[in-house]
Amino acid sequence: MAHDHDHHHHDHDHSELSETELRVRALETVLTEKGYVDPAALDAIVEAYQTKIGPRNGARVVAKAWTDPSFKQALLDDASKAIATLGHVSRVGDHLIAVENTPQRHNMVVCTLCSCYPWEMLGLPPVWYKASPYRSRAVKDPRGVLADFGIALPKDTEIRVWDSTAETRFLVLPMRPAGTEGWSEEQLAEIVTRDSMIGTGLPTAEPKAAS
Amino acid sequence: MTIDYSAARRATQEVPGIPHDADGPVFAAPWEAQAFAMTLALYDRGLFTWPEWAATLAAAIKRAQGAGDPDTGDTYYSHWLAALETIVAAKGVATHDTLHRYRDAWDHACDRTPHGKPIELRPDDFRAL
Repeated sequence: MAHDHDHHHHDHDHSELSETELRVRALETVLTEKGYVDPAALDAIVEAYQTKIGPRNGARVVAKAWTDPSFKQALLDDASKAIATLGHVSRVGDHLIAVENTPQRHNMVVCTLCSCYPWEMLGLPPVWYKASPYRSRAVKDPRGVLADFGIALPKDTEIRVWDSTAETRFLVLPMRPAGTEGWSEEQLAEIVTRDSMIGTGLPTAEPKAAS
Repeated sequence: MTIDYSAARRATQEVPGIPHDADGPVFAAPWEAQAFAMTLALYDRGLFTWPEWAATLAAAIKRAQGAGDPDTGDTYYSHWLAALETIVAAKGVATHDTLHRYRDAWDHACDRTPHGKPIELRPDDFRAL
């Protein structure tokens, strides 16, 4: 069991988890069934490290789009292709679509959390993705769900909800917040949260990131 | 449960090698954070002390190095996971066989779940083994 042979054969008929992921799930299930851990408590710990997980490629992509208009255009034209030119991204998939937030339109992404969730791009998926009632409410009443997350958008801003599938994934390109003039790409990437890339949060200029 | 950040910070002090930045631990993938979270939860529950954990982890690293692990640092959480399986067995929580059975059941769940659907474990995933 100590041997770690992660395998990613791209068989698209069924789901894939790596050997490591299978072992982690096995442990969590056993420990939960025996009452040693509470999944909600584990989620809370993991969620607390949300910004400390993974390569956070999406944050870098958003920051670059904010500072480089031609990259932004390329990203909106063909996100997979544009991101491939950056050279540091693996497993983006062929069908990543970037959707841009504007004063007229806000985008939000929901997902069933299949095994191909693009965490390298978006980071850790939110816990509520696991709850299908919440997901369907996001489709039916996106404004209400956004309000739950503390986001109030102007009445005339249209809200579009995108359902992520195995074939197509979405990356929300949030609006660059005021107060970030002159920031470097690196500083900007710091304030691009997971929630802002799935449309349930808005990036803000925090002094910490500017220092 | 509220998150005990000080417990996590103490862990990074008492367990050598945990990848971290100024704020605390950092993870290369979600599963690493999940393995860390389980360890923290079991420590909280008093299943082991940090010195005990550090010794188990050191043994797992030594075993891996003996088996040719390149020791570049990016396999740290693979060793962590192996150590977690070891300590869970040593404390009589779950044997390696049990863990293996659950691993196989998850693998079965994976195989029967069409792409694009969430993977969930069902009782018949065990029956199929």
